[in-house]
Parts: sequence; structure tokens; C-alpha cells
Amino acid sequence: MEKPFAITLDLGSSLANHTGSWRTEKPLYVDLLPPCNQACPAGENIQQWLFHAEEGNYEAAWRQLTQDNPFPAIMGRVCYHPCQDACNRAEVDEAVGINAVERFLGDEALTRGWAFEPPAAETLSGKRVLVVGAGPSGLSAAYHLRRLGHDVTVRDAGPMAGGMMRFGIPSYRLPRPILDAEVKRITDIGVSIELNAKVTDLEAALAEGFDAIFLAVGAHIGKRAYIPAGESAKILDAVTYLHDVETEEEKPMLGRKVVVYGGGNTAIDAARTAKRLGAEEAIIVYRRNRDKMPAHDFEVEEALEEGIMLKWLSTIKHVDEGKMLVEKMALDESGFPQPTGEFEELEADSLILALGQEADLSFLEGVEGIAVEDGVVAVDGSMMTGRRGIFAGGDMVPAERTVTVAVGHGKKAARHIDGFLRGAAYNPPAKRPVATFEKLTTWYYADAPHQHREHLEGARRSSTFDEVVHGLDEGNAKFEARRCMSCGNCFACDNCFGVCPDNAVKKVDFAKGYAIDYDYCKGCGLCVAECPCGSITMVPED
Amino acid sequence: MTTNDTTVEQAGFHHGIVPEVLHEDPASKPVKFYQVGSFAVGNRLLPLEVRSVQSDPNRTNALTSGHRACQGCGEALGARYALDAAMAAVDGQLVAVNATGCLEVFSTPYPETSWRVAWLHSLFGNAPAVASGVAAAYKAMGRSDVRVVAQGGDGGTVDIGFGCLSGMFERNDDVLYICYDNEAYMNTGIQRSGATPPAARTATTQAVGEDPGNTFGQGKDLPRIAMAHEIPYVATASVADLRDLEAKVRRAMSMRGARYIHVMVPCPLGWGTASSETLSVARLATQSGLFPVFEAEYGEVVASSPIRRQVPVEDYLKVQKRFAHLFAPTKRQDVIDRLQAQADRNIRRYNLLPTGAGTEGTV
Repeated sequence: MEKPFAITLDLGSSLANHTGSWRTEKPLYVDLLPPCNQACPAGENIQQWLFHAEEGNYEAAWRQLTQDNPFPAIMGRVCYHPCQDACNRAEVDEAVGINAVERFLGDEALTRGWAFEPPAAETLSGKRVLVVGAGPSGLSAAYHLRRLGHDVTVRDAGPMAGGMMRFGIPSYRLPRPILDAEVKRITDIGVSIELNAKVTDLEAALAEGFDAIFLAVGAHIGKRAYIPAGESAKILDAVTYLHDVETEEEKPMLGRKVVVYGGGNTAIDAARTAKRLGAEEAIIVYRRNRDKMPAHDFEVEEALEEGIMLKWLSTIKHVDEGKMLVEKMALDESGFPQPTGEFEELEADSLILALGQEADLSFLEGVEGIAVEDGVVAVDGSMMTGRRGIFAGGDMVPAERTVTVAVGHGKKAARHIDGFLRGAAYNPPAKRPVATFEKLTTWYYADAPHQHREHLEGARRSSTFDEVVHGLDEGNAKFEARRCMSCGNCFACDNCFGVCPDNAVKKVDFAKGYAIDYDYCKGCGLCVAECPCGSITMVPED
Repeated sequence: MTTNDTTVEQAGFHHGIVPEVLHEDPASKPVKFYQVGSFAVGNRLLPLEVRSVQSDPNRTNALTSGHRACQGCGEALGARYALDAAMAAVDGQLVAVNATGCLEVFSTPYPETSWRVAWLHSLFGNAPAVASGVAAAYKAMGRSDVRVVAQGGDGGTVDIGFGCLSGMFERNDDVLYICYDNEAYMNTGIQRSGATPPAARTATTQAVGEDPGNTFGQGKDLPRIAMAHEIPYVATASVADLRDLEAKVRRAMSMRGARYIHVMVPCPLGWGTASSETLSVARLATQSGLFPVFEAEYGEVVASSPIRRQVPVEDYLKVQKRFAHLFAPTKRQDVIDRLQAQADRNIRRYNLLPTGAGTEGTV
């Protein structure tokens, strides 16, 4: 080819120069475990359902959520949201209000009538499973087992389904129509619930032809403590009290002044319920101080707003008609309350004991293989008891006693029962590394304040069972969902695509994400450093 | 504030002062999205027309792969950001004139070129004059659609091409001049330029003697010198703030006459930072106040970007080896204090911390 004077080479593009050969380390896209997902006792894929909610795709969000938990509207009201305690956003401004969005999705589903898909005909196993107890754990297991294709029968001793969600949680925290609707959605896919059907003989149940049994009877017996009392002293336990409030036509009347003894959430529930049923004064007496109280802080706050009184560092020594004797306590160096010998008298018409609960496990006596230790049933890693084919979960096994933990037990047990019934043990996938805060580049997250749920005013609510905490509207819920930082998982922000000085990051499409062109990637690490959510990492070249 | 729109703060849009003109520009409108605000390159939740040029898979890639800039080069990135934005703003009708320097050397080792725009290089010192000539030629041909950008490093701009640049400003030639400032002559081995900050170590300002590093009281503040020419538009920008940089290039391309944009582009080699730290150190420069980001029209400042997460200058200095002598063997608090005083003066001069702006946090 003729070239101009002094020109000897053809024109070329720098694309001929593969600068990828400079590289000693290379970037790699990864998916990490978000801390919220890790913390969720029900194993929800929170980040994924928030992802759908961010786009306003609420039904997809709800369907993602209910793959793990059939009760979003209930969870959005009663879950103590350990996800929010784990949320990395708390270190930027405030944690994402995951619980509020969950409630919004749950309520949206009820409003719009979204239903669960019944199991497809080809997945039906023909196996029968008995679930004992229609509480959160039992219903969760029944739901998952049904979706996995099994025939499920739930039997409960009580007159209504819901277990502690109905008999332990007052309706001002969980309105009953919500509970009923979320339970009904489970029976709609073919789970049968038999009420007033206490299971007393497991061997007989097995003889009916059930292929597996899941036990989830809960812990419904209030612990008693010996307190010397006069003959006409009125003493009852919190569990019975809350149960009677729920079931009896004639609500139990406890008089003008009610004392609740204990420091847990049940004590708070009992005191707030007594106040709503007409007690002029409801006083919680607890032997330690507020810091040591097992009740959640927001519940204590709500109780205080309603005029509940709290008496710290006190034990009840003697109860008589209309009054009781209280001894002041002092915390010793190790934080234990010690008696001080100082006494005072407290006017009170009745005393509610909220000292914890125990499971009624008498029906397990004589069942071969099942071991009861410290009042709870021993289970292995697959939630199976010592008896093959009998699994257990919820408050009757050793674990934290919350609705969400119970729901998680139900899901976990259902997966293992499914494996057991199909003869192929369920092996959960290995957990990915956690997306910790240090892996994030939070500069890129715009400042966005947490959206608060409105509360009914304390004075107004202490006389009614109206729901105390209100939900978010659509705009607030979407705002809140969009505060999610998507820790550890790409959410298509284009930062890697933009910040590469060598154009070595290619945008494929959202489903496939981005790809690195290793012909030109020099391995500078800018994409890794500038990825907001930490979903790129550097690895050494081979 | 020229707006009553309260969504500006909520969306984390970084202009406390939002000039009216930016509101006409859809891609720089405050947008209500929170997961990643206007700070990231893109966002799947945004409609296409308000996304950044860099998030577009069909961007020009004015400076394409295979160039020989160092790993993590701030200038290569800044040049692509700026020219892609300019190409998008003028529908591809663009000529770029380049001064000598890293950007020219690493992009065009004969016979290869990385440029995907009409590109012209003559000498180190004459880029503004050549650009003026290109603009005059198109004017003579009656082609008002073809626009001209000149670009160079801080050496070619602040020192060697300074006379030509001042003339271009004075004549108000229809050229946008973009300076990529990495604060020394990096191409030839890190010699001091008129844009090198005080106390910085370069090959010609070694960290020895009583006052190690570059001298205080010398050097030139070119954005302010450009403003003194009272040309239509002067702006500073940071390679770490893409959306702001793109908005300024678009704004500049919407005007005629002499325009000047001064872009902070860290150099991993010359500054002694890891190649992955180019953007984080650029953020520290603006968040400490040492590099003020503002825009001016006809000699007057009309807007500035408030500091979002303020840091002391020490945070900026200590990550760079060119300032290592301020921390060891003995800490030179006196020198750090003088640099902090410079940052504080910038904060006052450009109102970088208006009431309500600036929270503590990780930059």
C-alpha cells in the first residue's frame, strides 16, 4: 500500500494491545449472604423480596417472601425483627424498616386476595403427615409440607387455630381478622385443621397411617412461684389470663388495681390487657432493673405511654386481699438481685404471675425414643426427635421462644420431613460468606431517613383493643424498601461499568449482570473498591 | 438555593445550590431514589433519559481499551467521562485537540490510537491555540454544528500552554478547554508543576531539608485565573463525582465562547496511592475542602457542591506517599495545619459547608 512520506506503518487501534497481560489480580463477581437474611430465624430471603418491592412489584415481593414464611401480615406485626438489628444500614443512618415493609406486603396481599399456589399434581407424594398443634410452628410446617406435595392434617387442642399467636399475643398487637385470613390461606391449599382435637396418644396417631409426625404443641402452662398468700388473695397466671380474655364471653375482672409479676414480654402484654379491660392501675413488679428486663424496649415504651407503672428491684413476699408485701432488692456485683430487708406494702386487688411458660409434654410419656430434658424435647439437626419419623419444633424444643423462631422451625422440619418421606435426606446448601459492613462503599448510598409507622396515642389506646401500630402506605413502604443497600449482591448500579478506566467491564443485561473483559482488565481494583454493595472481590491470577 | 423543591435533600442530590439551568437538564434533575442516589453511575430504578452517559451501554467510549495508562489511572477515566459526555451533548460532532502529556502519550503510541473521536495533537504548549484555529476553520466553513474541545494535563495547561490558553480566553474563542489536574508532570517522571500542592514530594521537590516537599506560596489557581478573564463558564469537577462532571460538560457544551473545566484526577503513581484508591482519594480531596467543586459564569461563582461527609485534611494526606514525610519520622503538625487552613479558606470562599450540609461518615 502507498503510504504518505515518512509513514511506514498502517493505522491501528489500541484494541490490538491486550493490557490484560499486566494483571496479577483479577476482579470477580460474588454473591454474599446479607446480614438480614442471616439473622432471620425464619430464613427469609429479605434482600430479594425488598428488591422486588423497590420496583413496586409487590406481588413478586410477596411471593418471594412467602416461599419461606406464610405469615407476612402477622410477622409485620409481631416479629421482633432481628434482621433490623443486623442491618448494615444502621451504621450509615438507621436500619431499614424491614418489618414495616413486610407488614405492608402482607396487608397488600390480604387486600388484593393473593393466594398460595396449591402443589402441582406431579409433585403429590401420597404421604400423610400429622402436625400436632396449630400454632406458628405447626402451621408453618403444614404450609411447607403441603407445598412440597404431602397430605397434611393439623390437630389442635384449642377451639381456634393460631396457638400463641391467638392466646398469647393480645389483639391490639395482632388483630384477629389478620390472623384468621393468613391461616385460611393455608387451609385453602388443602391443609386440614381439626380443632378441639387434643392428641393424647401418639402411637394411636401413627397407627392411623401417618407417615410422619411434626410436634409443635407450644408452651402454654404458666410457671408458678410459691408466694405465701391469704385465703381470699386473687392470683392467676398470665398465660391463663390472656387465654381467657381471648376465649371467654365474660372477660375476667381483676379489680381496680392489678399487679403483674415478671419482666418479660408476657408481663407487659398482661398489664396492657388488664388496663384495657378496666383496671385503673396496672403495675409491673420486677426483681431486677429495666436494663435487665427481658421484655423488648419498644414494648416497655409503649406500656409506659399507656400509663402502665413499673416497679423495679422488688419481689413479692406475701399476698392478701387488697394488698401485698413487697421487698426491695439491690443488684450485687454480678447483677443478681439480693434482698435488702426493706419492705413496703402495695395496694392491689389481684396478682398476675408472668414468670415464664412450660410445655405440657404429658402426652409424650411412654413414647419410645423421645427424650425430654429440662422440660423440652430433644431434637437433632433435622428437627427429628429420638423416634424415627417424629419431628418437633417451636416452643417445645430448646430455642428462643418467638413466633419467628417457631415459623423457622416449621420450615426447617418440613424440608427434613420431605427428605425423610422421599428417602433422600435434605442437605441445605452451604452458607455464603456474610456481607459485612467493611465490604461496602457507603458513599454511594444517598441519605434517606427511616420512615416511621404511626402509633395510636397512648391515652386513646389504653381503653380499646384497636391496633396500636399503624402500617406504612405505599409511598412510604417503597421509600423504605429502597433504603436497602443490597449488601453483597449486585443490584445493577452500573458503578463497575462506569469506573473502569479501561472499559473492561461489559454490561450484559440485568439478568446476567456484568462481565469483565479480561483481555483489557489491568487488575487495578477500582471496580472492587467502588462497588457500593461489596459484590466484587479481587482474587490472585493463577 | 434557587429551588424550593424539598426532594433535593431527600434524594441526596449533592447540589445544595442547584442552578436553575441544571433543572432544564433531565439527567441532573433531583431524583427520588435512595438505594443509590445521584452518586452512583446508574440505577436500574431510573428511567433511561435521566441516567448518566456512562451508564449507557452505547456510550462513545471516546478513550477505548488497550491504552497504556497505568492501572487505576484517574486521567484516563476522567477523559473518557468528559469526552463521552461532550459527544453525547453534541451528537458526535466533536473535534478534540490534545496537549502533550500522559493522556497523549499513553493513548497514541504510533500507529495505534485509543481515540474514538476526531483527535488532533500538535505540541505541548499550543493546544489552546490549535483548538482556536480548528474552531475558526469550522466557522469559516460555516459549520456551526461541529464543536471543539481542547484538553491537557495540569503541566500543559497551568504552565506550558498557559499563554495560549489565556489568549484563547481573552478572545473568547468557541472552545471548551478541559484540564485534567493530577498535580505534577507525571509522564516525564513526576516533576513539580504550577498545580502541585504545597508540601507534596515530587522528583524536583524532594522531601529533604527544613521544609520538605513543594514550597508554600507558589503555584497557580487556574480556575480563579480563568474566572478573572470573565469568560462565559468556568467549573471545577472531580473524577469521583461523575454525575456532576457530566452535568458540567453538558452545560458547557450548551454555551458558546471560551469555557474551562478543571477536573481533579488522582495519579496512583505520582501520589503514591494504590491503583484501587483513585476515586476514594479524589473524594477525600473534595470532602476535606482542599479541592473545591464549584461553577462560575462570567467571573462569578454561581454554585458550589457542599461537602457531604467532612474529613480533616489529614485523612486525605496520610493515604498518599507524596505526603508521607508529614507523618514520619516526626509528624509535621505545623505543615498539616497550614494545609488545613487552606481547606478552611476554600470552605469559606466557596460556601462548602452551608447550614445543614456535611455529616460525619465514611468517605
